[in-house]
Amino acid sequence: MADDDILSDDLLRQLISVGEVDILVGLHTHNHAETVGHVVQVIRDGLLKYFPRERVAIVNADGGSQDRTIDLVRAVSISDVGNVSTIQALRTMHIVSTQYSGTPSAGKAMHIVVAAADLLRAKACVIVAPESSEIQPEWIDRLLRPIFQEHFDFVTPVYRRHRFEGILVTNLLYPMTSALYGRQVREPRPAEFAFSAEFAGRLLGHELWTADAGRLGPEICFTVEALSDGLRIFQTFLGPKGRLEQSPDLVVALRQTVGPLFWSMERTNSKWSAENQTQRVPTFGPEFEVTSQAVNVDRKRLHHMFRSGVGDLQDVLKSILSPGTLTQLQHATTLDEDKFQFADELWVRTIYEFAASYHHEVINRDHILQALAPLYRGRAYAFLTQNSEASADRLEARTQELIQSFERSKPYLLELWTAKERGS
Amino acid sequence: MGNLIASELSQAWNEFARSFAHLLPRLLAVLIIVVVGWVIAYLTKIVLRSVLRLVKFDRFSERAGAAQLLNTAALPSASELLCQLVFWLIWLGIGMAGVSFLGIAGLQQDIASFLHFLPKFFVAVLIVFFGMLAANFFARAALLAAVNAGLPSPQLLSLSLKVVIVVLALSMGFEELGLAQNTILIAFSILFGALMLGLAIAFGMGGRDLARQFLEKRFSERRAEKNKASDLSPL
Repeated sequence: MADDDILSDDLLRQLISVGEVDILVGLHTHNHAETVGHVVQVIRDGLLKYFPRERVAIVNADGGSQDRTIDLVRAVSISDVGNVSTIQALRTMHIVSTQYSGTPSAGKAMHIVVAAADLLRAKACVIVAPESSEIQPEWIDRLLRPIFQEHFDFVTPVYRRHRFEGILVTNLLYPMTSALYGRQVREPRPAEFAFSAEFAGRLLGHELWTADAGRLGPEICFTVEALSDGLRIFQTFLGPKGRLEQSPDLVVALRQTVGPLFWSMERTNSKWSAENQTQRVPTFGPEFEVTSQAVNVDRKRLHHMFRSGVGDLQDVLKSILSPGTLTQLQHATTLDEDKFQFADELWVRTIYEFAASYHHEVINRDHILQALAPLYRGRAYAFLTQNSEASADRLEARTQELIQSFERSKPYLLELWTAKERGS
Repeated sequence: MGNLIASELSQAWNEFARSFAHLLPRLLAVLIIVVVGWVIAYLTKIVLRSVLRLVKFDRFSERAGAAQLLNTAALPSASELLCQLVFWLIWLGIGMAGVSFLGIAGLQQDIASFLHFLPKFFVAVLIVFFGMLAANFFARAALLAAVNAGLPSPQLLSLSLKVVIVVLALSMGFEELGLAQNTILIAFSILFGALMLGLAIAFGMGGRDLARQFLEKRFSERRAEKNKASDLSPL
């Protein structure tokens, strides 16, 4: 879709009446009436407190909410700013809301926000998740300040999470992107993040907007773009990240994260294949912080779904994995729950073979992602079992070991990647 | 008497020689047509092979699951199979058209029928081929969805879907050929009807309790799973 087409006439009129801004806040909503009012209020408080002199616009791209989401966003108008806050805005704060047509899509919403940021010549753009009930006014400052003062291009968050939440991030997205692109970004698929005007300009003409991967998971494409282009990246500690009200289904999560990551790898092949060393990214606050309260997880079910999945998907896995890896996985299904193991090396090999198969399109790409779900469950089971008593530092050490495993196996990925025919 | 026999023999020989002389150029023409037909068919095969390689047809067939299917049946790759099919269709078509020049009574009508049949045969083969591809694709999609949803017997579900699509494709192929239309239609109706009736009986009568237990378990599991899943997000 052309950049002109993504902004509707009505939105264009609203944006033209806003004029140039310094900060643009992007908000992608779809039936978020429960949380969006609070989130917009906190955003506004944060902007008033920390950026009172800047010209600001909040752009809400809505995917066709059927509840009061749009009304709640529009209700937070400039008229009530003085009444609620003790701090007075020195500049006008605009709130623009638009409903795009078609299926709700993060990619479409992000495209609107990026195009609006470019049109309004925003110096910095911050994206906030509408379901972030734990949001604090400080988040806005911590995300935007590195761009305004230190001229970073991309700011990603570090959250305080439960130690077993985000296993897909800690076991795949974070270690794999670190090993491939040489910089350790804790949240490669951030819910909240900020970027500079230069980065917005680069993103505007990006092909991600027309690809399925970009439509489903633009955030990870942004991160990979920033990593592979050598842009200045900063991490900022935001505090606790509230549990998602509705956890995405595993297959949906894989489509939103692993699919876009594999897709981005194709575009940046020359960059990641040349990276050898992993560096830390400058970070404000602690790099990791975890909580340990009890969680309700059906481990038995994870184990069962791994075993039955590997058995039932044998033919599908045969076309994705090498015979050696498949044999090892099949052997793992024969182990009892208490003896079950899914070693780092096997996990890394599995993921790299999936990435190469995705690249070579050995079968339908969506089927490849779906076939990963049972294997992820096996890895998640092993991770939960082996780390049930592990301290935060031990968990971190294990994550670093996993990054090293991904690094060590990079030549294997390159070999698979460049092989013209499978099996060669 | 002797003269009469000699005259008859000579006349018969002359007639045979005349007929042969009349037929010989036609035979030669047929031979030339067959050879030219072979050359045309061969060149078409070469061009088609290059085009299919250019558009990565084998990769497409691999993705769609056709390669696996052909492998199992010990057949060559999809592009090679298509090239061979086109080659034989063209050569046979041209050859048959050439044979009709011989002017043998009865043969011309058979050849005309055969030439009329060839395009239908080609379309039928395509229908079956794409039917097989669709069957493989949807069977794999159903298998993956069933496995990830934790449904019981995902392979059976996938296989059932595959059988239904393959039978549908075959019946469409036979219908295109005009062969045993009624038999195929009836066979498909019986198979599909039996499958549905079997399921209805299994769930409605025979396995009433089992069905209830299954549904109860399924929904309670879903509720429980939802609660548990919300405690441990993958992201």
